[in-house]
Amino acid sequence: MSKILVIAEHLHGKLNPATARAVSAAVAVKPEAIDVLVLADNVDAVAAEAAAIEGVSRVLTVARAENAHALAAVLAPQVAKAAGGYSHVFAPSTTFGKDLAPRVAALLGVAQVSDVMSVEGAHAFKRPIYAGNAIVTVEANPAHAVVATIRTASWPAAASGDSKAPVEALALDVALPSHTRFVELQQGSSDRPDLQSASKVVSGGRGVGSKENFEIIYKFADKIGAAVGASRAAVDAGYVPNELQVGQTGKIIAPELYMAIGISGAIQHLTGIKDAGTIVAINKDGEAPIFEVADFGLVGDLFKIVDELEAELS
Amino acid sequence: MKILVGYKRVVDYNVRIQVKPDGTGVVTDGVKLSANPFDDIALEEALRLREKGVATEVVVVGIGPADLTAHLRNGLAMGANRAIHVVTTDAVQPLTAARAFLKLVEKEQPGLVLMGKQAIDDDANQTGQMLAALWDRPQATFASKLEIADGKATVTREVDAGLEVIEAELPAVVTTDLRLNEPRFIKLPDIMKAKSKPIDTIEFDSLGVEAHDHLATTHYAAPAKRSKGVMVKDAAELVAALKQKGLL
Repeated sequence: MSKILVIAEHLHGKLNPATARAVSAAVAVKPEAIDVLVLADNVDAVAAEAAAIEGVSRVLTVARAENAHALAAVLAPQVAKAAGGYSHVFAPSTTFGKDLAPRVAALLGVAQVSDVMSVEGAHAFKRPIYAGNAIVTVEANPAHAVVATIRTASWPAAASGDSKAPVEALALDVALPSHTRFVELQQGSSDRPDLQSASKVVSGGRGVGSKENFEIIYKFADKIGAAVGASRAAVDAGYVPNELQVGQTGKIIAPELYMAIGISGAIQHLTGIKDAGTIVAINKDGEAPIFEVADFGLVGDLFKIVDELEAELS
Repeated sequence: MKILVGYKRVVDYNVRIQVKPDGTGVVTDGVKLSANPFDDIALEEALRLREKGVATEVVVVGIGPADLTAHLRNGLAMGANRAIHVVTTDAVQPLTAARAFLKLVEKEQPGLVLMGKQAIDDDANQTGQMLAALWDRPQATFASKLEIADGKATVTREVDAGLEVIEAELPAVVTTDLRLNEPRFIKLPDIMKAKSKPIDTIEFDSLGVEAHDHLATTHYAAPAKRSKGVMVKDAAELVAALKQKGLL
């Protein structure tokens, strides 16, 4: 029977919603237990949040000063040790999970399944390759633990509420390396919804033209309560910070509504939005590839159209 | 200091890949192959470190069939001092690649290994991390800035929350993100010069790497197609349509 260990991602004492999405994938394996592992300096707040996720059997905590920052080199030996007795180790396919999980897999001497989109069996999974242009079914060796990262856009967050799983401190006798040290985290401060979990996203591309012009994207997003995203071209041109990039090499998202404004729709960008509920494209080039995937397309000058949209909504 | 650079050959990023109708793979015959874009960035960064006097030698490493030599020549033309070609006709998955790399690391004793953050064919994003784990050395993934001084690398990493800066004692593994640099173009005279640069050929089997414990790929499918959308004529019609779907 399967027992799954889900690695909790958290920042500043708050659980990242991607963790609850990884729990959903764990539930799909139909295991006998799903335990969530919280590695932190102060574990209490994060553990309490994790314990409230439906489907979680236990929350295991390791409180150590070295775990104050999520350094893969420090966390991986602890996860590998904690993984004993588990058939699966899941982490969200965020930069946190992508950094950590392969290091854990290598310590366990097992292959890793990246970006699980669906669970076909306890050891069979679907995942995208070639920027999402092909979907493969892969089978892991049932003789070993499965280490996998879970593509957050493919899974709903497991509900959080009345459930209250027991929280247990885990004593791990592991020597931790000191060769890797955290220096600082530079964060864009934003009151807007989080790009990865927002139900609506408005993205701008090269067509927006400048950093100053991007204000109209922010303004329109705020008007409809959406998160803001961007194409690689807009990030490279310096219009917006890199953490807003949507696509194969940025964030892969699945909002209910995705509005692409001034984005042509390169393969690498489309990979990041293919699972969106409704895609709207606004572009002056009627031949732009974005229109091939858009549910609603509007050809014209984006500045004029955004103004008109705002007027319609006022 | 010596730098090893992982240099994978992949289907060119502009190619729209086709899945074979029988689900056994993707069509790769006659398709344009290029350096993995992230690996070009890794090589560029290594060359810049050599130009700054931080590195003395840059070695590109490729794992693949006999005709991979031509690809490695591109790396030499870009500026690498020499190449190592690990010859195998088998598809090499990340854990196996990391194990093979570790053997080369033990032999070459580099101060730094630079790799792309992911290959655009398998999109795994694993090899650098796995090598760092097996080597028991620091890893700095998704690097957008790299500074080396006093035996350590200070690396700015592109993480979901923004930019994270970490310090890693050398030797270490650094994987490159898109914004680390803009790779240089290869010039014709450099292509001629590259012909005389050395390529060491090593048979994969002679490395003594366990190549089992692969993931078995049992089926390939094209992604589900989105149904054809509609073009609306103006903002009013768009708002009406989105309101009708309950999205605004």
